[in-house]
Formats: sequence, C-alpha cells, structure tokens
Amino acid sequence: MAAIGSMTASANGWAMKRGFGPVAILFWILLALLPMLELVTDDPSFDYYMFMGQSMLIYAIAVLGLNLLIGFNGQISLGHSAFFALGAYTAAIMMTFAGWPFWATLPIAAAVCFGAGFLFGFPALKLEGHYLALATFTLAIAVPQLLKYKPIAPWTGGVGGVLLEKPEPPEWLGLSVDQYLYYLCLIVAMLMFWLVFNLLRSRSGLAMMAIRDHTMAAGTMGVDTSMYKTVTFGISAAITGVAGSLSAITIAYVAPDSFTLQLAISFLVGLVVGGLASLPGCLIGGAFIVLVQNSAQSISDWMKTSFALRYDVPAWAIYGVLLLLLMYVMPTGVMGGITVLRHKIAGRRSTRVNAPSPTVVRPGKTAGETTPAA
Amino acid sequence: MDFFVQQIAAGLTSGAIYACVALGLVMIYVSTDHINFAQGEMAMFATYLAWAMIDAGLPYWIAFGLTVAVAFAGGLFIQRVVLKPLENAPVLALVVCFIALLSIFNALAGMIWSYTIKQFPSPFPARDVFGNGLVSVQQLGVVAVTLVMLGLLTVFFRYTTLGLAMRAAAQNATSARLMGVRVSWMLALGWGLAAAIGAIAGMLVAPIVFLDPNMMTGILVYGFAGALVGGIGNPLGAVAGGFIVGVLENLVGSYVIGNELKLTFALIVVVGVLLLKPAGIFGRVIVKRV
Repeated sequence: MAAIGSMTASANGWAMKRGFGPVAILFWILLALLPMLELVTDDPSFDYYMFMGQSMLIYAIAVLGLNLLIGFNGQISLGHSAFFALGAYTAAIMMTFAGWPFWATLPIAAAVCFGAGFLFGFPALKLEGHYLALATFTLAIAVPQLLKYKPIAPWTGGVGGVLLEKPEPPEWLGLSVDQYLYYLCLIVAMLMFWLVFNLLRSRSGLAMMAIRDHTMAAGTMGVDTSMYKTVTFGISAAITGVAGSLSAITIAYVAPDSFTLQLAISFLVGLVVGGLASLPGCLIGGAFIVLVQNSAQSISDWMKTSFALRYDVPAWAIYGVLLLLLMYVMPTGVMGGITVLRHKIAGRRSTRVNAPSPTVVRPGKTAGETTPAA
Repeated sequence: MDFFVQQIAAGLTSGAIYACVALGLVMIYVSTDHINFAQGEMAMFATYLAWAMIDAGLPYWIAFGLTVAVAFAGGLFIQRVVLKPLENAPVLALVVCFIALLSIFNALAGMIWSYTIKQFPSPFPARDVFGNGLVSVQQLGVVAVTLVMLGLLTVFFRYTTLGLAMRAAAQNATSARLMGVRVSWMLALGWGLAAAIGAIAGMLVAPIVFLDPNMMTGILVYGFAGALVGGIGNPLGAVAGGFIVGVLENLVGSYVIGNELKLTFALIVVVGVLLLKPAGIFGRVIVKRV
C-alpha cells in the first residue's frame, strides 16, 4: 500500500505535529461556544442550525473512523455505511427494547462495531487495494436489504425502521434539546479525536502508518501486520459505529434506506475533501457533507439559472464532479492543500516526520524500477 | 420438477446477464488491472440512451446498434479524458475516480430521465419455446446473445492482430511497447469494449427488471460475484462464473433463504471466493515478484 502513502505525504506531517496544539484547542473551545450564540441572536431557525451542527460532528466522527483505516493504515473501505448502520441499530434496539439511557448505548455500539469490524477485518487481511474495495462495496450494497429482512423485523422494524424518543435535557442545564444534543455530539467527537490523536502518536500508530507505507518492510521490522490490520479495521468500525449511534439518538429514527452505498460514498467524499491522513480534515469533511446536502437545492437552482440548464442538478452529480476534480487538482484534500500552501509561503520544504519517502517501489513492478510518487 | 426446471432456466437467464456484466469487468481488469465500480451505471446510462432512441421512433435493432457504438465511443472517451491522467496513480485515487463516475452517471440519468421506472421493449417474444411453460424465447434469446458475444470476443482476441496487441499490452506493457504496440490506446480500447458489452447487458436486463437509474446496482454486485467465481482475469471463466452464480442465486433464493437475502448471498459469494480461491475456478494464480 505504498501507493496511498504518497497521497498522504504532505498532509500527514502537519497533522501529527500540530494536531492538538493551541490552534486545535482554541477551535474546539469555539465549537463549544457556538450554542451560546442563542443569547445574542433571535434567528427562528437557530435550533435547525444546531441540528446541522450535530450532523456535521457526526459525519466528522464517521470520516475520522474511515480516515484511520484509509488514510493511516492504507486499507480501502467503501462499506463503512454498514458499521454506521450497525451502530445506529444497536443504539435504537438497546433504547427501545432494553430501556437503556441513550448515553449508555454509545460504548455498547462501539464494542459491537469493533467486533464486527474485527471479524470483517479477517477476510480483509487477504485482500488488498481493489479487492478490499470490492468486498466492502458489496457489503454496503447488501446492508439495507439485510436490515429489511423479515425474521429480524421484530427488532429492526423491517422497512419502517425504529422510531425513538429524543432525550430530554436535565432541567438545571437550561438548554434546549438541540443544544443539549449538540453538546453530546461535541463531547463524543472531542473524545474520539483525542483518542485517535493519541493512538497515532503511539508505537501502534507508527506501526499502522508503517504498514500503509510498506507492509512488507513493516513486517520485516517486527510489526505484526495482520494483527494491526484487523485491529485497525475494528477500531475504525467502532468509531464509525459510535457516529451511527449518535445519529440514531439525534435524529430519533433509524430506517434501512438511510444506510445505502450513498452514505458510504458521502463518507468517502468527506474524507477526500478534508484530506487523507489529516485529523482536522475530518472536521472539514464532515461539515462539507452536511453543507452540500443542505444546499443541494440552492446550488441546483443557481446552476440552472447561470448555465441555462433544463434539469435539476442533484447533489450526487456535484459530489461526483468534485471527487474527480479533487483527484486531479488536490489529491490531498483541503488540509493537504493548506499544507502545500504553508510550505510555499514558508519557502522551504519542512522535514516530514511521519511522511513516506517521495520515491516508492510500486508493488507488482520489477524490483529496482521505481516510480516517482504522485 | 417443473418448478426446478423453471428455476434453472430463470437462473441461466439472469446468469447470462451477470455474465455480460462480468465480461465487461474482465475487459477492464485484463487491460488495466482495475475493478470498474462504474460498470453498472455506465450500462444503465447506455440503456437509457437506447430507450430515448426507441422512444424517438427508431426501430429496435438500429437503436441497439447505435447504442453499442455510442457506448464504445463513450468508454474510449472516459479512458482517454478521465483516466489517462491517473494511469500511474495510487489505487485509492482510482477507486475514488470510479466512485465519482458511478455517482455522476447515476445522477445524470436521474436528472435527464427522472427516477420513475420505464418499460423497455424486448426484441424477443415472451412466448414459450416448447409450449409447456418452462423456457421462454426471451430467456433463450438472452442466453444466445451472451454466448454469441463471448464467441465474437474469443475470435477477436485469438485471431486478430488487434486482439493480440491488446493481450500483449495487458500482459507485459513494457515489451509490448518495445514491439510497437500503442499500449495506452489498447487500454482505451479495453474500456470501449467494456462499455459496449455493458450496454448490451443493460439492454438485455432492462425488459426484465424495468429501467430506472438504480437498476444495475444489484446486478453489478452479481457481476462481480460471477467474475470472481470464474476468475476475474479470464473472459471464458467470467461467463461461466456468471451462469454459475445466476443458477445458484435462483436455487438458493427459492429453496434456502428466500428472495429477501439475495444481495447478502452475493456478499457471501464475493467474500468467500476472495478468501478461499482468489484466483477463481478458471483463473491462474499470479505470483508477485517483490
């Protein structure tokens, strides 16, 4: 998987050095202060903005899970919507049938998804690149149908899904429901980013990235590659699953048709837009997904009037064109682009701490024949 | 017994369609080593073109021929314009690119022709072959088209200079280039062929499942399964794999798990084959030199 490494090269060093520096802390504090804007604004749709904020954070967590797998470990997954669904359904079923409080479902969802991801990681061990993408692609397509399966309908609600109740904030907090849920998402997001940040700085994190950059070399250096790959798959699934259960709690509804391949694609879009192997990029990606979904109609209207189109432009066309453009122009996403800019402004090539060497031996070619990284 | 025969016949029919999709996938795989996730949506889009032509009053077979030609040109165009710059790009960039194409084609079809399902004419009459309600002419026609296509492709690859050049380019790009084969164009040709085959698959399946922008999603997964079962580097294997998967799907669907878990069955086949016999039944095991 040396190949993915080259795409992450410029994003990676920056993310690792500055991840939770003063800028990041300031940014998180800003996010925490956002609900307080209610005191100074009397915008009637404020609660809706809070809901959008929740969705952005949830997508950011999901993208974080995917990024850990693709960006830092070099395994491609197009099936993370499956783990998102698993997390959502775990939360929904525990709240409905076991009567658990909403917060208690999060660790359970994480554990269940870790297990599922770990198990799926075993076949994934043998598969590389295109094949892993293929297997996970199939998983993403199979999931909605599986969720509608009649014999498990008493728990999953079949086609209709499960309707939940939104949690009520405690009186003494004095928050509205949406503010309360925003804080829930924010706290979980901070926890997840902090965990991943620390994980990546540890020996295990180095091992993950070493596997991404050159699996065989990592193995030679004593890294248990299959163990690391399956565990990374599990952790990645767990994080995405937590995002899924958060989405079940905040939307208070789960249904099979919200967990289609298109959901998995939107995670991928968030990942590519934000930047591979970049933690701040996950937040950008999450925000981007929600913004495009919310403004698809206005973007479509704008395109219709300015290009005299006869047709509506759906969000998927925008996603698709954007993905293509990014692959040509800015394969490292927004954060990668920022890093490149910073280097240009600073007028020097910074030493890349965790970045792979720019020249890699591509597997499948004759040894010694090297190709410059993209 | 009749039910069993009917299931086999239905299985062979859907198997023929999976075989077409698998053939398209194999075309791209052997020439570029990529798995084209947009194969299904490309086929769907081509089928819409055919529908539009028929709707405009063209006779079926003329629309059929035109669509195949347009699809061929379209595949060529996609390889030249979209994928050429990414020839040496990492796997992830390619996967993202295919996913992008998938989204674009799906969105475009929905945009232009709306998401309401449409009826697509079949060139074959729906009546029985033997008059006992077991096998219809429609089913026989679909299987025949697939087999004819496989025959033509075999002849093309085995007995024409161009086919030989394409095989050479796929197997050893460097040597082929030294022999004067324009490797990059051979890849484009592979894409063109894949798109044309996909268009045929789309036009065969549309009368059965009705035309809508998402009609190929499940079929693509079965195409993958078929290609993998037969060995993704082998056209003959892919066709055999398509038929095997089609029949199995119908039998398992009607006797074991019911129709609700058909996609899960495909998932199990895909993961199972990749795990147990990644080269497929007819494929060669490829040993990587490091």
